[in-house]
This record gives sequence, C-alpha cells and structure tokens, in this order.
Amino acid sequence: MDIYLLEAVVNGLLLGGVLALLALGLNLIFGVIDVVWIAYADLVMCGMYGVYWLHAYFGWPLALACVAAIVGVALLGLLVHLLIIAPVLGSAPINQLLATGGLLYFLQSFATLLFGTDFRNIGVRLPVIELGGIFISYARLIAFAAALLGATALYLFLKRSYLGTAIRAISQDREVMGLMGVDQRRIYLITSAIGGALAGLAACLLALQYDVHPFIGNTFGPLTFMICVLGGLGNMLGGFIAAFIISQIIAIGGYYSSTELSYVLAFTLFIVLMIARPRGILAR
Amino acid sequence: MLSLVAVSAGYGSFRALFDVSLEVAAGEAVGVIGPNGAGKTTLMRVISGLISPRAGELTMEGRSLAGVPAHRIVERGIAHVPENRRLFPRLSVEDNLRIGSFIPAARRHFAERLAWVYELFPRLEERRGQLAGTLSGGEQQICAIGRALMSRPKLLLMDEPSAGLAPQVVEQVFDLVRRIRGEGLTVLIVEQNVQQVLDIVDRAYLLEVGSIRLAGSSAELRDNAFIRKAYMGL
Repeated sequence: MDIYLLEAVVNGLLLGGVLALLALGLNLIFGVIDVVWIAYADLVMCGMYGVYWLHAYFGWPLALACVAAIVGVALLGLLVHLLIIAPVLGSAPINQLLATGGLLYFLQSFATLLFGTDFRNIGVRLPVIELGGIFISYARLIAFAAALLGATALYLFLKRSYLGTAIRAISQDREVMGLMGVDQRRIYLITSAIGGALAGLAACLLALQYDVHPFIGNTFGPLTFMICVLGGLGNMLGGFIAAFIISQIIAIGGYYSSTELSYVLAFTLFIVLMIARPRGILAR
Repeated sequence: MLSLVAVSAGYGSFRALFDVSLEVAAGEAVGVIGPNGAGKTTLMRVISGLISPRAGELTMEGRSLAGVPAHRIVERGIAHVPENRRLFPRLSVEDNLRIGSFIPAARRHFAERLAWVYELFPRLEERRGQLAGTLSGGEQQICAIGRALMSRPKLLLMDEPSAGLAPQVVEQVFDLVRRIRGEGLTVLIVEQNVQQVLDIVDRAYLLEVGSIRLAGSSAELRDNAFIRKAYMGL
C-alpha cells in the first residue's frame, strides 16, 4: 500500500476519535431530552477559548486549564438547559431548534465582540513522530487516545451506574421514570452537564491541533450533525461508527483529490445514504 | 396505612373520580373492581402522584400526599405496577429491576432485594440478561411486579395485572400476588377479573362511573346479588 495513503488512513482514524466524542455528546442529549443542540460545536469553541486564555494568557499549566475548561463547559451545558431548553421543553420541536440555533449566533457574535476574529493558538508545539515511514502528529495521537478514554468512561457510566441506567431508560418511558423515584428534571440537568463535559473534552483536544476563532464551531458543527444523522439520531453506537466512516472519507478523499473536494464527497455520500437508509446506518 | 377522603380527579374538563373515599390498613389486600372506564386507573394514578387530585385528602401513614410529586411518593413506600406493565423494553430484565431500586433507601439494599425477587420469581433470574421487550406477556407482568418490589415498598399498587394474559398465566400471576401478601406487603389491586380477584383480597370496593358504589369483604361482595349478576355473569 502507498505509504501516503496509509498516512491518510491513520490521520482519518485519529480525527474520527474526536468527532466520535462530539457525536456521543450530541446523541446523548438528543436521546435523553429529545432536543438537538444546534449550538453544540459552539460550546466547543467556548471551551477552546477557555483553554487558550487560561493556558496561553494566564499561564496555567495545560492540564489544569483543560480540567477547568471541561468543568466550565459542563456548567455551560447546565445553563443551556436551564435557560434555553427547559422553558421550551413542552413546545414544538421547531421552537427548540430555533432557540438553540439562536444560541449559536449569540455565542459566535459574543466571542467576536470579546475576542475579535483573530486566530489564536495556545502555543503548545507537540512533536511529530515517525512510525515506519508515516508521520503522525503527537497532538492527534493524544486527542485520539483521550477521546477513546472519554467514550469508554461514558460507556461504563451508562452501563454500570444507577444514573447511567436511568439515562438509558428515560426515553423509553418518561412517565414511568417518576414511579421509579427518578426526577426527570434532575436527569435532564445531569445529561446536559455530561454533554457539556464531552464538548469541553473535545475542546481541549481540538485546541492542541487548531487555532481558536469565533467561528471554529462551523468547522465541526455540520460535520457532527451529519455523523449523528448518519448513525441515527440518538443512536450512540451508530454515531460512533459513523464518525469513523466520515473521517475516513475526508482523509482518503483528501489524499486522492483535495480536502475541499473530500467534504463534497462526504456530504454527497451522506445524501445517498440518507436516501438508502433514512433512519441511519444501524436502523433496524 | 393509606387513606383517601372525598378525592376527586380528572383530565382537563373531564372528571374521572367523584368524592372517592377509601381505606387500606397495613397488611391488608384490598381490591377495586369495576368496568372499563370506571376510573380505576385514574385512582391508581392519583395515589402514586402521576396526576394531582382536584379535591380531597390523601394520606399515607398519617402524612399528607398533597403536592408530593410521583418521584417522592415512591420514597414514602408506595410502589405502582402500572397498567400494561410499562417496562423499559430495550433494557435488560436486570436493568429494569435496578431502576426499580433507584431511590437511595432501596439502593443500599439492592443486592439482597434482588436475591429476594429472584427467589420469588426464578423465571426472572433465568432471563436476567434478556431485553424486557422480548419477554412473554406473563413474564413481563412478573418483571413489572419485581421492579416495583425493588423499591422496598410498604404498599404495592397493582393496576390490572391480569390484563391481556392467557387464563393459565392469569392464574400464575394471582398466585404470585398471594405469595407477595404472604411476605407481609399491603396490596391495593385494581381488576376487571372480579371472580379471581375476590379470591385473593380481604375486602373490595366497586367503582362505577367514578364513584364508589359498594364496599365490603370479599365474601359479602361474592354473595351480593348485583355483583353476581353484573360482574360474574351468574
């Protein structure tokens, strides 16, 4: 096999990890609360600014800045639910979409107002390692490993804990949850915070690889939605798999043509798959 | 243990219950019988807090249940086996039981409680890893009862446990209710299956169009001419 193709495949795999993390967060929130957070990738942007300011500006150690960013975005997730989702929970889905869509513009404009449109880099330069002739960026390797770790932690939480079991159950029968002694509002809040924390973790991993600017969410937001829909909205496993399919298409397509064209290819394939399997690749 | 005084309830402008008064003493098994649409399910939903009463008083062990949300009523020792079982179909049997012990007081005793439920219903242990939605109707009913028992209730509310089950399975389910009684639980059971339910309860109320029409011991109701004619076809 062509060594450069192999490099593209490996890079695609590494990109897939972070995208899978974002897809898990969005799917978790949709699966539990039945709401799509259009502004999800913009929470990632907020987290990236958090890492940037704390580490590059205030000089916090990177690890500490990352922990603070994860906690901060988790709190932001809580606020999104309390202030934006909870008031419109009973209204038509289109209102919920518009509300979180409004948040997207709010966050992007607010970030522009505060920080301007400069591209900012956290200034961490990690080495590139060579492995059998292919070059892999250390930052991407870390991002991939951390994303898989995050996904595993989420899986164990959902499978093993009481709260996790309640989170898996709630969309199957919301009313009966009350009879089990589960406060639905509390589950929604916890889910929103976990969704926020996942966006925060993704923010830390992306800050290692990309410059921060107010519109960075636009780079990952549409991609994340496409992945979630491809995997079947709310289907965590489907989203996880779809993240790697899409990242491979982008990576391999980029190798044969250009990055721009690879996105065209990915979205074209998405449209075709949506016609063939409208409920997602794992639909029963 | 449980007491309802002049409780009225409904949905929107529709009133389903009119001045219902009812009493369940500790250790008793009490039945509520009546035709479809009499308000039996509404009665259960009012007690477990899924809908709030328009008027009247509900107390559990002397403490009012007014304004207490459903998820807090479980903590007062009331477990509700809802109509149509309402299991979480895409969770395993054991996960369904685990959710049943969600409240902190029950969580601490999860392991021993699970062992007890499996001892009562060995069938559930055999199927512990299976998705609840793939169980047979009878097994689902047993699982729903087991899930309710996991919260360590003092009072078990059962809404039509025999609905939709084959006759011999109904017999098994009623046998289980008898055994649960033997374990010292207080039971309030709603049924259309009048003849069989009168065999397992001490007393029963007849609910018709939202009002209590008759009340008495099982023997009295079994001998009541109106009940024999209207509900037993005798």
